[in-house]
Amino acid sequence: MNHKTICLIAAALMVAGCAVTAEQVAAEKEAANSQAALGMMKTSFKTRGQASVDRLNQDETQALCSQYRDNPPKNIREKIEALNQTLTVFPADGKLLGDWKEGEKVAQSGVGKQFSDNPETPAGGNCYACHQLTKAEVSYGNIGPSLYNFGKVRGYAPEIAKYAYGKIYNAEAYSACSNMPRFGHSKILTEQQIKNVVALLMDPESPVNK
Amino acid sequence: MRSSFLISVGFAVILAATALPAASQSSDDTIKEIERYRAALADGNPAELWEARGEDLWKQTRGPKMASLEKCDIGLGAGIVKGAYAVLPKYFADADRVMDLETRLVHCMVNLQGFTPEQAKKDPFGGPSKKSDMEALVAYITGASRGVQMNVASNHPKEQEYYELGKKIFFHRGGPHDFSCANCHGADSQRIRLQDLPNLLKQPTAQRAYTSWPAYRVSQGELRSFQWRLFDCFRQQRFPELVFTSDASVALTMFLAKNANGGVLSAPSIKR
Repeated sequence: MNHKTICLIAAALMVAGCAVTAEQVAAEKEAANSQAALGMMKTSFKTRGQASVDRLNQDETQALCSQYRDNPPKNIREKIEALNQTLTVFPADGKLLGDWKEGEKVAQSGVGKQFSDNPETPAGGNCYACHQLTKAEVSYGNIGPSLYNFGKVRGYAPEIAKYAYGKIYNAEAYSACSNMPRFGHSKILTEQQIKNVVALLMDPESPVNK
Repeated sequence: MRSSFLISVGFAVILAATALPAASQSSDDTIKEIERYRAALADGNPAELWEARGEDLWKQTRGPKMASLEKCDIGLGAGIVKGAYAVLPKYFADADRVMDLETRLVHCMVNLQGFTPEQAKKDPFGGPSKKSDMEALVAYITGASRGVQMNVASNHPKEQEYYELGKKIFFHRGGPHDFSCANCHGADSQRIRLQDLPNLLKQPTAQRAYTSWPAYRVSQGELRSFQWRLFDCFRQQRFPELVFTSDASVALTMFLAKNANGGVLSAPSIKR
């Protein structure tokens, strides 16, 4: 190896070294900004009703999704999904379908968890805010996909019901940084309410499947 | 009264829209009905009443120092009202702080008129039993910038810092529902039920949204400021209460206002 080659290798290493350092600097700046933003938020919000300032603190999933602006690289995506799979609890009695009529009420109701809500009133799932479900309800949002004919299209197999239950319980276990709340994990809905919504999706008699 | 007439028209159109048989109603028809409702609303805007009251409040001598707000510098120099809203938020050296319109009005009420900060921040938002002087002042100041292009600067390091922190706040997921601003306002053509959600990260939609606030809300019979807009978004996000004129509210406003640069102000507008 002649002197010139050694110099070239050394120069290449230095460039590589600088590139890593620049990335590190950017990452450190990002992390510092996140901390500064959280600090600013803590002096800018106050507890009101059931909405305490603790809600500003993030769990690992929330922090990672914020850091990657809801579009994480593959390895982080897999990490978030694996973490949330461990946080999903299925009903002990093994039954996944409740009453679809009660499920429709949960899907319609947007009440719950706001500081203006009575904490004694059960929360709704507000499914129609983001999803089409039945033909009868024309006022539905489009942030999530249409769930019309959910069971009819996918079939009424137990695995599909289990998927529906798991997705409602903890959407992050299936799709990292989903817009969808983790209704079971975050205790927005009770186990019975989730079963009722699963019935709305999976009962052949439900208007979703008509 | 004109406002109650407008509200009646509004309800009639909503009823007409919802009474249509579901099966024959395509989403195109729904959008057309909403457009027609908006056109009916735009016929007259009760925001004028707030603007007139705000102009009086601006000119009246008030407070322990018996002074008017006419010497208040809201961004373009002492006493200049026209066009000032288009450069906000901005860094003010006399306060060593980045300020939005409401924060600056509080500053002037304290420093020129001698009110305490608590007095100046009392009743930031109007309700059924109380009028908000703040919302009237906001209506007057913003109305004086109708037709002016948004031109928010980021020359001062603090302006750049507030923009970056505002962006972080926009993407901050939290609370029982894991919601951030971005979940509803980070993509094109999204809707909650039938309510359009502007993409606040893209210039044309960010411009259209930002330049239409403050607004007279028909459903509430109130003129609503941008501070109220953020306060009520966070309520629906299931966050704790956003404190009026807090640093986070100003930083987030900085982020949203700058994304709307180049847009032409049409506020106070009228909304559902």
